[in-house]
Order: sequence, then structure tokens, then C-alpha cells
Amino acid sequence: MTRDWLQSALEAAGIQSARLLPLWRFMWIVSIVVFVLVVAAALWAVARHRRDAAPPPSERGMTRAILGATALTIATLFAFLVLDFSTGRAITRVPHNPLVIRLTGHQWWWEVEYDDSIPQRHLRTANEIHVPVGRPVLFQLESGDVIHSFWVPSLAGKKDQIPGKENSVWFQADTAGIYRGQCAEFCGYQHAKMALLVIAVPPDSFSKWYDSQLQPAAPPADSIAARGQSVFVSSACVMCHTIEGTQAGSNVGPPLTHIASRRTIAAGTLENTRGNLAGWIVDPQRIKPGANMPPNGLSSADLNALLTYLEGLR
Amino acid sequence: MSSRSVSRRAAAALAAGALVALLGACEREARRFREVPPTVTGMAVVREVDLQPGNPIPVVTARSPYAENAYAVSQGKQLFQAYNCVGCHANGGGGMGPPLMDSEWIYGSAPENIVQTILGGRPNGMPSFGGKVPATQAWQLAAYVRSLSGLVRKDVAPGRSDHMQVRVQEQSLPEQRPRTSTVPPASERP
Repeated sequence: MTRDWLQSALEAAGIQSARLLPLWRFMWIVSIVVFVLVVAAALWAVARHRRDAAPPPSERGMTRAILGATALTIATLFAFLVLDFSTGRAITRVPHNPLVIRLTGHQWWWEVEYDDSIPQRHLRTANEIHVPVGRPVLFQLESGDVIHSFWVPSLAGKKDQIPGKENSVWFQADTAGIYRGQCAEFCGYQHAKMALLVIAVPPDSFSKWYDSQLQPAAPPADSIAARGQSVFVSSACVMCHTIEGTQAGSNVGPPLTHIASRRTIAAGTLENTRGNLAGWIVDPQRIKPGANMPPNGLSSADLNALLTYLEGLR
Repeated sequence: MSSRSVSRRAAAALAAGALVALLGACEREARRFREVPPTVTGMAVVREVDLQPGNPIPVVTARSPYAENAYAVSQGKQLFQAYNCVGCHANGGGGMGPPLMDSEWIYGSAPENIVQTILGGRPNGMPSFGGKVPATQAWQLAAYVRSLSGLVRKDVAPGRSDHMQVRVQEQSLPEQRPRTSTVPPASERP
């Protein structure tokens, strides 16, 4: 999918990636200089023509040059170390009054939970993280199965999600936009298709989005959608997915209460269109082999009704 | 016979042995994500008693596709948690429902019997999951349930858990020779 979603550590959109970028550039330039010097030295050594086959006399000058190069290497590495530590210190300091999000990695999707002191305002969604621009967001990272790693290159560095251990990372988006993130630790068959979107919006539209997501699912608009709802709760869907306001309340797979409001399905694998959704429901193993969603042999009438229902869950 | 030809023969035998071992491992390693499961068409194929009127009809059973497939058994283990089988059967020790790690089987220990139990339900509490749990998953669950009493090969049974370990891993559970429960189904425990 080629969209204008940003996924690049070289295009910093937050205060953390903005601190990481100079470090990256510095390392890059130093590496180029070192590479050029080493290649030049090697070429020079090859080009030095020696007519006589006799063993070379000891070269005092060479010993000095090698000592100098070693000292320079150590000094460069220490400079990297100091810069690395100072950058690390600066970006891990826990911010004041952050928005707290619990992010759990699953094979192969992301469970996103917004904490709130009022229990009714606790929000659970998947694969799309909406954040307000200019406010730090603190992530509590967990895993439901194997080790995953949370990485949104345009906003911050990587952090592993380890089963049985809570990690944390924070970032702050300074410009509104859509940033793509990706699991950065090999986690099984569909590791490559485990992506997420961070959608940074102004604070007022964030709270508008939050309130709309807290609502239970929209009731079916017409008789076809009503049939779709009954298909959902009386087939395999109900075993894993939640739709608030219906009987479906399982926490095994991603919650679908507002599935139509999301941009992608299957953790950033497909754009959320009716056709893609149909293909995904009928045969997910063709799109993402090994995913935990089973194929669903629904009749075409049932499938169409189900799609109409799901498209209405804004 | 020279010592060289002996050692050559030994090498050939070793290679052949390794090949056979590899072939044996194929089924254990296979990951099949899409397949048509064997169907359990009604009670005709799944007999729970040996008695038949008149001449006995040879029993035609749907063979479990997963008896030797480690991936399917571990999928079954995940589903056992995900579909809340633990809610009644605990982690095999039983609770509201009968234990699954002992030798007693009220409705049969064969994979097809277990699939029938899952999809069709049983009196006195076992719900019928037919139509909600796909047949493939029911067969995976059945393979896992059998591993709880040591009825699948040790190298096929799961050796780790996603969650906190609550008992010995399935791999190390002792084999319980199945016997039909003497408890009539109507007074199913507890």
C-alpha cells in the first residue's frame, strides 16, 4: 500500500525523533569518512609497488601511523558512546501529564487501550492509535504471546514488548499527520504484516474522536444490516470479536465496535474497503497465512449482509 | 571385507536412517493453514456404544488429520484458552465440567468422539459449538484434548505455554489408558 503515511526515521515529526535524527546523521557522516579513509588506505597499500621480493625493513613511520589510527578509532567510538548516552537520557525522561495507552502485541495485531480514571471512559481498540498533537503519550508495552517490538520511526525509537514484563516508551507528535509503525522484532509467520497507524490530530478533534469511540456500536440501519448482525453473532465471528452493544464480547481478536472508522484491516495489511473486507472474512489464510482467523464459508447473501452491517459500524 | 567398505556401508546406513527420521518429522512439522477437515456427518459415523442391532456395520470413522501434527495441537491449546474451555474443564483437571486429563471418558476418547462432543454438545452442560467453532478448529481442539491424557506422541504434544504454567506441560503428562466411564452420563460429575 503506497499512501502518504510517513514511516521514516529521517523525517522526524516528534521531539524524540528530532533528537535522534542529528545522532543518526552524525554517525552516518562519520561512517562515510571512515569508509573512504579505510578504502583509500587499502588501495594505497595495494598500489605501493615493491620491486625486490626481500622482506620489508621495519617502518618506524608506519608504526606511528597505525598507533594514531587506533587512537582516533577509540576516540570516535567514545564520542559515539557519549552522544548515545546523552540522547538516550534526554528522550527517556518520563514526561509530565502524559496520555497513557496500554499497547499489547498479539500475533499479529496490536491491542490499544486508553486508560482513564473513570472506568466508563476506558477505551479498547486495535491497530490505530489516535493521539493529540503536542501532548506526550506514554505507552505501557505488553505482549500476549511472543516478543514484539513497537516502532513508529517518524516519532520515536524501538521498544520491545516482552511477555510477562511491562516496558514503557513515550513520544510526542508535534505535527498532525498519519505515521505508520511496524513490529520490529521477528514474531512469527506474519511479522511483516503487523503494522499500525498513529494518527496525530489537534486536541479538540482527538477528544471528539475519543467520545465517538466510546459509544456502543451503531444499531443496524436497515433489514440487510440487521441480518448481517445476526450472522455476526451466530457464526464464528462471535467467538473472538467484540462489538459493544451486541452479544459479541470476546477479547481474543481485535474489537470491531467501530471497524468502519478504521483505515486498514488485518493490522495495516489491507485498506478498509468492502471488497478487501469480504476477501479477508472469506479466506484470511490467503492474505495472511498463519493468522488466527479461520476461513469463513458464508453464503453470498450472508456475507453481503455481514459486510453491510460492518460498514455501518462507524 | 575391507574396513573402508564397512565404514562406507555404515555411512550409507546412517544417511538412510537420517532420511527416514526426516520423513517421519515432516508430518510433525507441517503447518497447514487452509484445509478441508474430515466431516462428522451425523451420528452414523460416531458410535458411542458397541451394541448394534442385527449384523454389525463396520465402523467408518473420520480419521483425525492432526494426530501427529505439533502445530495443530499447539493451535488447539491456544483455542482451549481462547474459547474458554478452561472455564469449566480448568486446565484439564476439571471443575464444573469433567476432568480431561484422567483415563475416564464418558462419551469416547477417539478424536471423532471429541469433535462430536464439541460441535454437538452433550447432555448436562456441555454446550454445542457447532456453527461457531469451525470444524478444523474442533479437530485441533480434539487433538489437544487427547494430549492432556498423554494420548498423542510426546514430541507432538505442546511443551510450553503462552501464559503462566499451572501444571506439568502436556509433553510430560503420563499416558492414561482410556476406559469408558462407569458413571452414567445422567449423573455426570460433579
